[in-house]
Amino acid sequence: MDKIADNMDQNLSAAEAGLAPPPTVSEIFSGFLGLGLISFGGALPLARRAIVEQRRWLSASDFTDLLGLCQFLPGGNVINLSVAIGMRFRGLPGALAGILGLIAGPSLVVIGLGVLYEHTQNDPHIRHLFAGLAAAAAGLLISMAVKIVLPLWRKPVATIIALLGFVAIALLRFPLLPTMLVLTPLSIYLASRTAR
Amino acid sequence: MNDTLISLAIIFSQLSLLAFGGGNTILPEMQRQVVEVHHWMPASEFSALFALAQAAPGPNLMVVTLVGWHVAGWAGMLVSSVAKFGPSSIVTILALKAWERFKDRPWRKYAQAGLVPVTAGLVAASAALIARASDTTLIAWVITAVCAVVAFKTRVHPLWLLAAGSLLG
Repeated sequence: MDKIADNMDQNLSAAEAGLAPPPTVSEIFSGFLGLGLISFGGALPLARRAIVEQRRWLSASDFTDLLGLCQFLPGGNVINLSVAIGMRFRGLPGALAGILGLIAGPSLVVIGLGVLYEHTQNDPHIRHLFAGLAAAAAGLLISMAVKIVLPLWRKPVATIIALLGFVAIALLRFPLLPTMLVLTPLSIYLASRTAR
Repeated sequence: MNDTLISLAIIFSQLSLLAFGGGNTILPEMQRQVVEVHHWMPASEFSALFALAQAAPGPNLMVVTLVGWHVAGWAGMLVSSVAKFGPSSIVTILALKAWERFKDRPWRKYAQAGLVPVTAGLVAASAALIARASDTTLIAWVITAVCAVVAFKTRVHPLWLLAAGSLLG
């Protein structure tokens, strides 16, 4: 009984906020399957459009709050988002449907590209093609890094932390685990000091 | 389960839990493990697989799937995917409830603010390592530089830049 009442409550408040009724497990799966297949170069902007504007599963502020959690936790943002949204609406089956939907399509595409690569990598033309592709992908990564680093310039403490991380990982080639065990608590402590 | 599959499971489940700030932060450690520790492929090949994964749709780290498949076939792909996506998903599920409860606690803000510079440093390290491994020729350097500038200054769709890069290469 409680569950039915809960569902009715959810439906009522959803209707008030202009939201769609809570998605079923298969709707969660197909929603994230579609998202996985159309999201080139980062799924986040598309995820917002699909979840908030097109499917109306979440309000804009709910989406932002949930995304905040997903960015805070380890793992890809959109991956975590698919788990969190599935979990919120339909519990564990929903979470499983969300993440499987999101990675099913891209996994097959990427394996297809891998097969193509292994069969053609000795052809000199194709070699150049892949070399160019790799160079372009590196360029995209650099531009993303610049976009993340640039806002830190005016904060000396944050800049030093970022610089230490860069030196440890890129230049000294330290393993990630000890680097993060030192830098993360230090950075959080410094953030709490400067906030006061 | 053979040794390679066990290694894949250990590497990717560890990376899964360390991937604060999204997938690109763990790229250097993945490269270190795959190239330097286990010698499964040279650095240039790792960069090529990363590039292939970038050209495919979907979330950031499809390179995990590809590395697993390249190293140990379908079983490797399955083990790597479960190891990479499982642990962080379990953390997300567990954290979902606690997040609501601690919404207004100040430490949540500090932790979020503190993670930003760490993430920034790691993403920058990823960019440097991937660029160094991909760019062995002058033309590759030029492609990388042009792509970086265009992607930073304009809103051109990344897929166009990848296509242009492969044609130029």
